Amino acid sequence: MDITLQQVSYAYAKNTPFEKRALFDVDLHIASGSYQAIIGHTGSGKSTILQHLNALLKPTDGSINIGDVEVKADKKNKQLREVRQKVGIVFQFPEHQLFDETVLKDIMFGPMNFGVPEVEAKRRAIELTQLLGLPEEVLEKSPFDLSGGQMRRVAIAGVLAMNPKVLVLDEPTAGLDPRGRKEIMDLFYTLHKEKGLTTVLVTHSMEDAARYADQIAIMHNGKCVLEGTPQEIFAHEERLTEFRLELPQSVRFQKKIEQMIGKKLPTICLTEESLAEELAQLIKKEREE
Amino acid sequence: MKREIISLQDVTFTYATDDSNVRPALNNVSYTIYESQWVAIVGHNGSGKSTLARLMNGLLFPQTGTVRVFGETLNEQNLWETRSQMGMVFQNPDNQFVGATVQDDVAFALENNGIPFEEMVERVEASLAKVNMSEFMNSEPHHLSGGQKQRVAIAGAIALKPKILLLDEATSMLDPQGREEVLATVRQLKEETDLTVISITHDLEEALLADRVIMMNQGEKYVEGTPEEIFQKGQELVDLGLDLPFAMNISRLLRAQGIPLVADHMSEEELVNDLWTSHFNK
Amino acid sequence: MLEKMIFGRYIPGDSFIHRLDARAKLIFVFLFIAIVFIANNWITYGVLVVFTFLIIRMSKIRLYFLINGLKPVVILIIFTFLLHLIFTREGDVIYHWKFITIYEEGLRQGIFISIRFFVLVILTSILTLTTTPISITDALETLLNPLKKWKLPVHELALMMSISLRFIPTLMDETDKIMKAQMARGSDMTTGSLKERMNAIVPLLIPLFVSAFKRAEDLATAMEVRGYKGGEGRTRYRKLEWELRDTITMFSLVVLAGVLVFLRQ
Repeated sequence: MDITLQQVSYAYAKNTPFEKRALFDVDLHIASGSYQAIIGHTGSGKSTILQHLNALLKPTDGSINIGDVEVKADKKNKQLREVRQKVGIVFQFPEHQLFDETVLKDIMFGPMNFGVPEVEAKRRAIELTQLLGLPEEVLEKSPFDLSGGQMRRVAIAGVLAMNPKVLVLDEPTAGLDPRGRKEIMDLFYTLHKEKGLTTVLVTHSMEDAARYADQIAIMHNGKCVLEGTPQEIFAHEERLTEFRLELPQSVRFQKKIEQMIGKKLPTICLTEESLAEELAQLIKKEREE
Repeated sequence: MKREIISLQDVTFTYATDDSNVRPALNNVSYTIYESQWVAIVGHNGSGKSTLARLMNGLLFPQTGTVRVFGETLNEQNLWETRSQMGMVFQNPDNQFVGATVQDDVAFALENNGIPFEEMVERVEASLAKVNMSEFMNSEPHHLSGGQKQRVAIAGAIALKPKILLLDEATSMLDPQGREEVLATVRQLKEETDLTVISITHDLEEALLADRVIMMNQGEKYVEGTPEEIFQKGQELVDLGLDLPFAMNISRLLRAQGIPLVADHMSEEELVNDLWTSHFNK
Repeated sequence: MLEKMIFGRYIPGDSFIHRLDARAKLIFVFLFIAIVFIANNWITYGVLVVFTFLIIRMSKIRLYFLINGLKPVVILIIFTFLLHLIFTREGDVIYHWKFITIYEEGLRQGIFISIRFFVLVILTSILTLTTTPISITDALETLLNPLKKWKLPVHELALMMSISLRFIPTLMDETDKIMKAQMARGSDMTTGSLKERMNAIVPLLIPLFVSAFKRAEDLATAMEVRGYKGGEGRTRYRKLEWELRDTITMFSLVVLAGVLVFLRQ
């Protein structure tokens, strides 16, 4: 499902003394099946964009096409529910949305709101708890009796249970420890590949964007200032510095090495693994010469 | 030998006192922290590290074992005196902001300790200057970023001129920029004063800044040492759910590719140098 | 939705009114409430309106904000106006249609009551718009201090109030966030029957309560760690200072009262 933002502007508290513009004429095309990262500092407007992706906010100007539904300021939309079912959002600290008596009921909440039969919703909940590495006995527990990491997983399961076509992730690993972070990110990536999801990752982490995304958009002061593949984006260090952003660690290190040996590696290394591989090849080649 | 500041001896603590099947949050933990050290207590979520923070300032008392602060066993009597010597910053920036504005919040502990008005004004200004938040003196908390709120919390903690600054996962809810700000502030404080800093964290960068690292696992002290000593454990740490420094990951990956290195390097500089001398400079 | 509420919010500024001592402003508003009742004819109500506009000017708050702030009470004002208009049966009949008869006195009373409402709401709005909540709390605490003799926990009440005020924006953000998270999961709080809507509120309220309790717990810990043991032996960082301008403001009220008494019938 494609999502296209055209000249989207948004102002909070419009027409009050506290009016605050958060987005200015943002154009962004998220292609079906792609993994799109949206990067920016706090206050850059990335959270505001995120809320537009399933019409929780409507643009004050411009329009958004989510699949074949057009969302505009002055347009009443009857298909909003349809949109919300297809676009699942995992908010930052999603465990704050847990409320039901049991984990099972909480996971079933989303799908049942969208009219999925109880049996099917239950089947999905059980399947997802397994997928997220939760022990089966948590299903009958209160979500408030779980550890922080488990609560996070239950909340994520609650969004996945709606079987969305598009998955929007807002800093899904904030506050987790390193292992939890990696497990969750890898899981989203596997889902992205296996189910052919369109994934939108809103993040501060250059490393995550470099590792997972096919496309990156950079937000700064409410504008989308840079867009492209990770290779393109990270080739322009000076532009990133302009927006107070840094290169991913592996690219930064790559530059250091390149400077030292006075040679360039054939590609920009987006992950630690690819950096090590490229370096090793270069060293082996040097040896042979 | 430096003066002992905090010492735990055979401390065991459980939240579920009536259920012996539940693994205690802490089991037989002992360590000593000396004056003006920076000690990082690391471990994955649920390793018992936050319980340690609560034991060190008397929010909790151990079921067995003792907690000594400034050489005295912590008890109900010396609790308040001890707390006035120990500034503490918690994880959630919002939930520890008591005052209506930045300056009110910094003044809160001073008010509680009956510091006279004139001195309060001076100390509030000085503390805010130390964390570079002077210009936000009149700001309300909801207009500040997470990093700024945490810096205010640090200002509030140091306003009492404590001997110890205890950071309980103070950076874990922040964005990278906020984390950077807070760590830079602590580092600067550490240089300017002889504050003893204890940071409880799962952030690797934070642990690397410390003089000593105490690693917790499943409620027990797993290992203690300098960051170098700790990170030499490599795979063991990864298995315990922690990260390794970037340079170390690259070193390990290079070795796996059959590139010999002198060691698994902790810093990028060491790795660059090693690569240069053994592989490129021929 | 929540962000559009203006009533009771502080707008920073540096006007004469902004700089007044919060105690002066509080006393002013209370006395003004009493003084308003002196007025009983066109001239005295006219004086009140002029006086109010003078204060609006001095506060340098844009009229637009105030009118916006008035919105919630407009219905109340209209309602009382109509009530007086229809039920007062004195003076000449000025309009008659079927069973509705409007008397001259009814119109007069209706207008007077509306003016009274209007000036009171405007002045209280100006109080909250020009005074930080913390100053209002401080002022209340100092003004109520004598009541401590009768075991009224003045300090605790003031602290409670200031903490609640401090957490309002935080909790509003949180409400907004949870509401959106549940909406994204298909919960619908805006349509459907009353029962359906009530049901839709549960997924909002429970997380809000859970988080509020968590926050309260964290806050209590943070306060304890920072040495809070109640009001005993505490010093105060906030000092209120009564200055000449505050005395002058009080005096202006005396003048107003005098003028009204002189002009009333």
